[in-house]
Amino acid sequence: MDVTCGKVVKGVNFLNLKNAGDPVELAKRYSDEGADELVFLDITASSDNRDILRGVVEGVARAISIPFTVGGGIRNVSDARLVLCSGADKVSVNTAAVENPQVITRLSDVFGQQCVVVAIDAKRRRDKAEGKITVETHEGPVWFEVYTYGGRKPTGIDAIGWALQAAELGAGEFLVTSMDRDGTEDGYDIELTRAISERVKVPVIASGGAGVPEHFLKVFTEGKADAALAASVFHYNKYPVQVVKKFLREQGVIVRP
Amino acid sequence: MPEAVIFDYGVGNLLSLKCALEKVGLDAEITVSPKQLQKADAIALPGVGNFSAAVTKLDSVKETLLDAVESGTPLIGICLGLQLFFPESEEGPGEGLGLFEGKTVRLRGSVKVPHMGWNTLRIVKPNPLFDGMADGSYVYFVHSLYPVPADKEIVAAETEYGTTFTSAIASRNVFGTQFHPEKSGDVGLTILKNFAKTVKR
Repeated sequence: MDVTCGKVVKGVNFLNLKNAGDPVELAKRYSDEGADELVFLDITASSDNRDILRGVVEGVARAISIPFTVGGGIRNVSDARLVLCSGADKVSVNTAAVENPQVITRLSDVFGQQCVVVAIDAKRRRDKAEGKITVETHEGPVWFEVYTYGGRKPTGIDAIGWALQAAELGAGEFLVTSMDRDGTEDGYDIELTRAISERVKVPVIASGGAGVPEHFLKVFTEGKADAALAASVFHYNKYPVQVVKKFLREQGVIVRP
Repeated sequence: MPEAVIFDYGVGNLLSLKCALEKVGLDAEITVSPKQLQKADAIALPGVGNFSAAVTKLDSVKETLLDAVESGTPLIGICLGLQLFFPESEEGPGEGLGLFEGKTVRLRGSVKVPHMGWNTLRIVKPNPLFDGMADGSYVYFVHSLYPVPADKEIVAAETEYGTTFTSAIASRNVFGTQFHPEKSGDVGLTILKNFAKTVKR
């Protein structure tokens, strides 16, 4: 769930945000419907909405009894402590980690590796680039560029190389979002997910593009994802959580009922 | 309401456990005070932190805690809290509570560590904690180590992850879970409700 000013919003390719509801109510609904874990990203994080963020995190912690991750604007140990002490189980870092990779090690040392999710927003690049890890896809070789500031700033950094570095520094989990697919409901970026999941030893959550239950199946089987995140498909009740889970179970994927 | 105290090792999220205990009818206080431990109706050792740091924090209340348990106060240890029941851990130096013989060892092998996510319980010993719970229920794990009790009689549940490990123990008024009941949805709340039922006032 992308949260801004205390409301859940959803966009397409990180733009045109629409209001999708109250975070605490949605959290309760998804928990009751059988979601395994929730992720809240405060996509327009800034210092003046800290109190709103804390209120939302505490509200969610009281409403549900499944794990949840909170990210957005977490730059250091004290930001992370605020979120974790308000009831979150994990924090996710994105921009701060790219700009200062040591923050991953700091957080991991203080709170434990299992608490530290490194979120990577990545976009496909078709141009040739020296020193980037390229991946063969049906549209030819591509590399993946890391974006920061909620998808607003291209960094020139190779996402796969960055994941390997972050893993070395103590990332406990990766949340890999395809900006090309986000909100499109065209399916996850399988090549991006697999390229990272096959190279790191910690769990990878695939994000961006889920539209139908088959997309989940594909990202688990071909994409080698450890978990799949979806927003639009659940927010607008196109496929409830249980419908997706039932489909996966019928296809032989082990999922919690 | 009976009062449960959650011992605070000083790191991480204790609010979830507090909320969950309150949901099942216990008045939960987060504390480091021996006085509060002494008069508590139930004690919870939570699951966030590092073994060596936690045993240092526990040192000043160790006697009080052991006396309370001896006198019958229900105790639940969650994740690290369970590992603290045993004298030693591969996580680091320090001496645990020594409630049971055995030691805590690291998860090894080809699986991704930490073991993070939902997994199933195989109930090997019926006990009050698992009343009304189906064998094979899913619960939530986040851990890199697990306890190996010397006395297999105390093992209440086992779980598969690269190896078969002890995921819950039960012995008189002492219960421990390697998973997080406070994060395990309705199944977890059932377990905590069962724990609350063992609490007498």
